Amino acid sequence: MRQAFQPSTSQPSSASHDSIWALVFGAWLVATISTLGALFLGEVMGYTPCVLCWYQRIFMFPLVFVLAAGLFPLDPRVVRYSLPLAIGGLGTAVFHFAMTKGYISESISPCTQGVPCSQVQVEWLGFITIPLLSVLAFAVITALLIATYFKAPK
Amino acid sequence: MKKTGIFVAAIALLALAFVFGVQLYRSEQAQQASQTTMQNRDALVRFHSPSMGNASAPVHIVEFLDPACEGCRAFYPFVKKLMADNPENIRLTVRYAPFHKGADDIVRALEASRKQGKYWQALEAMFASQPEWAPDHTAHLDLAWPHLQRVGLDMERLKEDMKSPDITKIIQQDMEDVKALKVSKTPEFFVNGKPLPSFGPEQLQKMVRDELASAQARK
Repeated sequence: MRQAFQPSTSQPSSASHDSIWALVFGAWLVATISTLGALFLGEVMGYTPCVLCWYQRIFMFPLVFVLAAGLFPLDPRVVRYSLPLAIGGLGTAVFHFAMTKGYISESISPCTQGVPCSQVQVEWLGFITIPLLSVLAFAVITALLIATYFKAPK
Repeated sequence: MKKTGIFVAAIALLALAFVFGVQLYRSEQAQQASQTTMQNRDALVRFHSPSMGNASAPVHIVEFLDPACEGCRAFYPFVKKLMADNPENIRLTVRYAPFHKGADDIVRALEASRKQGKYWQALEAMFASQPEWAPDHTAHLDLAWPHLQRVGLDMERLKEDMKSPDITKIIQQDMEDVKALKVSKTPEFFVNGKPLPSFGPEQLQKMVRDELASAQARK
């Protein structure tokens, strides 16, 4: 309907193709950095992941591979398969973050043994904690994937 | 294709950053650990600790262990073999880091068995039967009892000796030293006052070999 108002470019499909690719690539980059970061904290620095951290890892690690597969060749439908993981991870991360902040009491946490999820193991600059980084990473990935969805040709 | 290039470059860059980060972190940790040990040399060896081997051996291994720790159990035969391969050249001192729940009871029993001259037999028996008395990562003295009995200890005397305040003092002192030396995992080894650069039997073997070689060179 509003096609008449759209400016005509010489290569509209290629330009939008590039920007979609950049969005998915951005999501992949965030997922990969987060995965490497989690591995560094766990395997190198020796922090034991709590139960909720494990669930977030389960949501984050596959994104590295699913999103990479969607990049070559670019398939905007990768959103269908990656967004559920990103949203699941975001939910878990927000829950975890709220717990470390004390908005949710520890008694209803699903952690029964090992490291309690409410315990803050790392605090950089006084406010950066692992759950906060997790919330940010999942939020950015979710936002990029939603942007991909709206940019993709229907 | 340009995009493949960006993707591959990103992977290479991230992998490089990760490897570099690991190297940096490890070397910083090793440096810190040796510094901590240097500053707390007195905390490494106490007169009360059980020791085995030649008192004037050129290589002195100090092992912080928890009788209920699976890793210590797995490591023990290796330490034993290392000592057997280098008779007269290695001295082993055991310090306690009873991190597992209930492990201090087992330490009490071990220290009490020392008063009957059966310390090493008791320690080996405890390691051998560990899965039976620590099935849930928690030490159960009552389950360990029959295994101690089999060592041939006077159990009545053992029970009495376990109440000794001297043993309480030993455990307290060891736990203080654990904190001072920043021992966070068991087993933790110190060879001639130096912590292992990284955990593993090969690393221990290499460090012992190096110390033996430098002792030989000094002769």
